[in-house]
Amino acid sequence: MFHLIDIKDLSVEEIKGLLDTAEDIIANPDKYAEVCKRKKLATLFFEPSTRTRLSFEAAMLELGGSVLGFSEASSSSATKGETVGDTVQVVGCYADIIAMRHPKEGAPMAAALKSPVPIINAGDGGHNHPTQTLTDLLTIRREKGRLDNLTIGLCGDLKFGRTVHSLIMAMSRYENVKFILISPEELKIPDYIRRGVLDKNGIEYVEIDRMEPVMDQLDVLYMTRVQRERFFNEADYQRLKDVYILTRQMLNRAKDDTIVMHPLPRVNEIPVDVDDDPRAKYFTQALNGKYVRMALIMKMLGVKA
Amino acid sequence: MNIDSIQRGIVIDHIKSGNSMRIYRYLHLDDLDCSVAIIKNVKSSKMERKDIIKIDDKIDINLDILGFIDPDITVNIIENGEIVEKKNLSLPEKVEGILTCRNPRCITAAEPSLRQIFMLHDEGDRKVYRCFYCDSERK
Repeated sequence: MFHLIDIKDLSVEEIKGLLDTAEDIIANPDKYAEVCKRKKLATLFFEPSTRTRLSFEAAMLELGGSVLGFSEASSSSATKGETVGDTVQVVGCYADIIAMRHPKEGAPMAAALKSPVPIINAGDGGHNHPTQTLTDLLTIRREKGRLDNLTIGLCGDLKFGRTVHSLIMAMSRYENVKFILISPEELKIPDYIRRGVLDKNGIEYVEIDRMEPVMDQLDVLYMTRVQRERFFNEADYQRLKDVYILTRQMLNRAKDDTIVMHPLPRVNEIPVDVDDDPRAKYFTQALNGKYVRMALIMKMLGVKA
Repeated sequence: MNIDSIQRGIVIDHIKSGNSMRIYRYLHLDDLDCSVAIIKNVKSSKMERKDIIKIDDKIDINLDILGFIDPDITVNIIENGEIVEKKNLSLPEKVEGILTCRNPRCITAAEPSLRQIFMLHDEGDRKVYRCFYCDSERK
């Protein structure tokens, strides 16, 4: 059985297939309106996430399927001490596919070892978030027309930002992709990404703590939120939360065809007046998330239009 | 037990000096009914000092554990007082139930019943063990 735990579970060819399907769904939505009729998606969200959960649910509903699940751990058996393995064995009796978000890293992998139905990792702690990566890849491909020959700036919390980790893993497989990693010392990318992905594959990258000097080099600027929930210490969060703010003045330094992305929700890192700039693509990105999740659900359930 | 000559058993040789008790514990040699000798600080031309463990019976040895502790260890199988097989070790691809993930955010920290599994990752200039669930490195 195929589970999507990590973006590395998908080959470059499989990713291309998913993005192609997503583009076809955008072009011909009616063709896909009933492909998942009588199929059920369970969204098991042990950690709140309105956007990702609704995106999954909207995706399944637009495919003609139905959804069930919970949106926080307090309304699940986890509060009674049930393991994720037991939870998915029970939920697998009622649903055809499971999307799981969990605050603990590796929880979807532990679930996949026991699950009778496919598991989609909808985010596990600061670890992986493969469907956000598929969303990002679809957005980059639609906006830039390619996934190779790009300079990608990743800015903010690169330590706990799981979307960043998954995106680096995915983009590292395309030709001539360069990363500019913009973060304070305390929030640099973890060693397993630096050594295990970038160094291992000979990917060109720069680590820097300021945005200004690199703005004019970027094809893609990927902003992230400094996430309060990942800090053990409130003082550290307060000190680091507003380190990077992409103002209009800052964006004026960027190229005309740079695109600005953000996995959302944002806090202060992108002021709302940047939204009017045609280079701001984060809401388009959120919409793309639904289409690529539709393509993924179809693939994992083995259904075709 | 005659330490110098085992008739049928296993000699774990070239153990880095001081590591023999760790291996004794990991291999659960205290559970054996046969004689087991731990010889510490033996003079060695190759290693200066080494430890040796001699087991007076032919048991199944978990070579993965030995390879994880020290891939330079050699395991000699003895039959009729002669070495009939010399096993060279390597770092195992998978290590189960030996290491514990130290990442407080790992699912194994919340669910102690999960089997602790570490996978060997080749990261260009080095090889490291990472938690199967959360990818944290075990140093």
